[in-house]
Amino acid sequence: MFAEFLQYILAGLTSGAIYALAGLGFAIIYNASHVINFAQGEFIMIGGMATSTLVAAGVPLPLAAVLAVLVTMAVGMALEKFAVEPARGAEVVTIIIITIGASIFLRGAAQIIWDKEFHSLPAFSGETPILVLGATLMPQSVWVVAVAMVIIAALWWFFNRTLFGKAMLAVSFNREAAQLMGIGVKKVLLVSFALSALLGAAGGIVMTPITFTNYEAGIMLGLKGFSAAVLGGLGNGMGAIVGGLTVGIAEALAAGYLSSAYKDAIAFVIILFVLFFMPSGLFGKKGTDRV
Amino acid sequence: MRAFVKWGVAALAAMTAGLGAGAAPAAEPVKIGAFLSVTGPASFLGEPEKKTLEMYVGRLNKEGGVEGRKIELVIYDDAGAPDKAATFAKRLIQNDGVDLIIGGTTTGTSMAAIKVIEPAAVPFISLAGGIDIVEPVKKWVFKTPHTDRMAAEKVFADMKKRGITKVAMISEDAGFGKSGHDQSLKVAPLYGIEIVADEVYSPKDPDVTAQLTKIKNTPGVQAVFNFGFGQGPAIVTKNFKQIGMSVPFYQSHGVASKKYIELSGDASEGVRLPAAGLVVAEQLPATDPQKPVVTAFKKDYETAFKSEVSTFAGHAYDGLQMALAAIKRAGSTDKAKVRDEIEKTSGYVGTGGLVSMSPTDHMGLSHAAFHMVEIRKGDWLLSD
Repeated sequence: MFAEFLQYILAGLTSGAIYALAGLGFAIIYNASHVINFAQGEFIMIGGMATSTLVAAGVPLPLAAVLAVLVTMAVGMALEKFAVEPARGAEVVTIIIITIGASIFLRGAAQIIWDKEFHSLPAFSGETPILVLGATLMPQSVWVVAVAMVIIAALWWFFNRTLFGKAMLAVSFNREAAQLMGIGVKKVLLVSFALSALLGAAGGIVMTPITFTNYEAGIMLGLKGFSAAVLGGLGNGMGAIVGGLTVGIAEALAAGYLSSAYKDAIAFVIILFVLFFMPSGLFGKKGTDRV
Repeated sequence: MRAFVKWGVAALAAMTAGLGAGAAPAAEPVKIGAFLSVTGPASFLGEPEKKTLEMYVGRLNKEGGVEGRKIELVIYDDAGAPDKAATFAKRLIQNDGVDLIIGGTTTGTSMAAIKVIEPAAVPFISLAGGIDIVEPVKKWVFKTPHTDRMAAEKVFADMKKRGITKVAMISEDAGFGKSGHDQSLKVAPLYGIEIVADEVYSPKDPDVTAQLTKIKNTPGVQAVFNFGFGQGPAIVTKNFKQIGMSVPFYQSHGVASKKYIELSGDASEGVRLPAAGLVVAEQLPATDPQKPVVTAFKKDYETAFKSEVSTFAGHAYDGLQMALAAIKRAGSTDKAKVRDEIEKTSGYVGTGGLVSMSPTDHMGLSHAAFHMVEIRKGDWLLSD
């Protein structure tokens, strides 16, 4: 009975950590520009696809992972340079729509550059399940959780302890004032896209052995990641993690105790319920609008 | 010397090609239209279908076409959208004036196009699996692939043979998996099978151990049957092994490609599934009438495109061959005559199996078209 419950929790933890990793990427760009980058899922896909192609070609996994991250960062920076920056005077909503367009473009390009098949990676530390009090967990799930934790720690350090991170936060609070203080807003935007591409690619690489990847894997990850980020409070790294785990565990418990047919609906009901009472998410700051 | 021979052969080939083309200069080409999901979610079905049609039509034209007439192929990409499929079907009929239509990669696109094609009285061969396409029988509509009901029946027959009566189902709750699930529930009682657990997952769920744990704790489960395709079944297979389940595990024909074995790795060992002869071409006994057809098609496809042959490519091949055979027998492209001849297709040996159609059966495949295979050491093993 307890083993059964624990298995549901561990199942939720695996999915939840994946949603959380996807959700984290939304935070940085949102912080720098209040733009929700809907091409975030595609960064995850490119990271996974590039790594699996390189590994299949005989490149050792660590090197392949680094190369894939660099490729994804280049894509992220190109996206900012050629699609977002030319529209810098536009409304936030316009830029969000641009990122939706970019995500469709990236999916199409991936279809041509790679193919329409699924790709996988070998698990980093084998495929022997870890036994926990009668329930089981794959070692790769531990990798996903660990990488999510490392990323959140690194993000905290970056935003609170480095000058550039503080500059990015300053831009998010007040763009014009930050500019007047001598912060290069253009550079901040460029770096924010590069960083979130890095996050996405890293996430894509650790989750590929579990979920596999193909050219349209980014759609689901973007959607679930976005839900996680909104639930946790947009722009808050810790919030994305808690949000992702909540969605994942809610789904698994619903599938286990209620009905697998309604598990997605139940997760969304929880999100709606939370947002009804806490409109800025679990960890979000209360918004104050000047009237 | 060798170079000379090579040039000689080339010249000869050029001459014969010229002769072929010159034989019937005035003949109108045979116009075959196709609407396929070359892009979009079903693109991994539609793309091999398109490549197959183009390859064989190109080859036939080099050999002089059919009945001394060239074949003109018009292909539209419906991207998996039923409304686009219907629009393209209309365009094929009204603007391009095609003699026959092949296509409809998915059941959804086929059903949408039928509404346009049936009243226009144009012969139509669908490449999709859904049983609704030919049941009830529609005068102008035929199809080449097996149905999901046949796959379920094959699996349940195998279970019955092994004395299994209590089965847990886990299926994808969309498209292919959903339809397969519904058909399975319908035919299970005919084989004395009781479905004791019935779980679903979304096509892109990263983990299904919760559903499997529930099945594991259901008393009396003797086997698990998973209906779905894409990455879902591979995740189910991995999770099945992860939580240490050991009852017989069955998959549907949706995973009959090497990609499934590659994605699920060791966990796929011992999985049983129904598959078309094309999948196990080399293992078919020499006496099997399908053997020469499937080995030749597999070789053609794999040398031309350097990728594993898919059963979907086979459906397109079968559709084209049956259509051309019917045109030959009819001696013209008169639509009513061609339709009658397709319906009279009898004993055609295709990649999907032996096809014998009738006025009440517009698919013409029997259960013998499926083979039960088991995965052993990362490869298929014919086991029926």
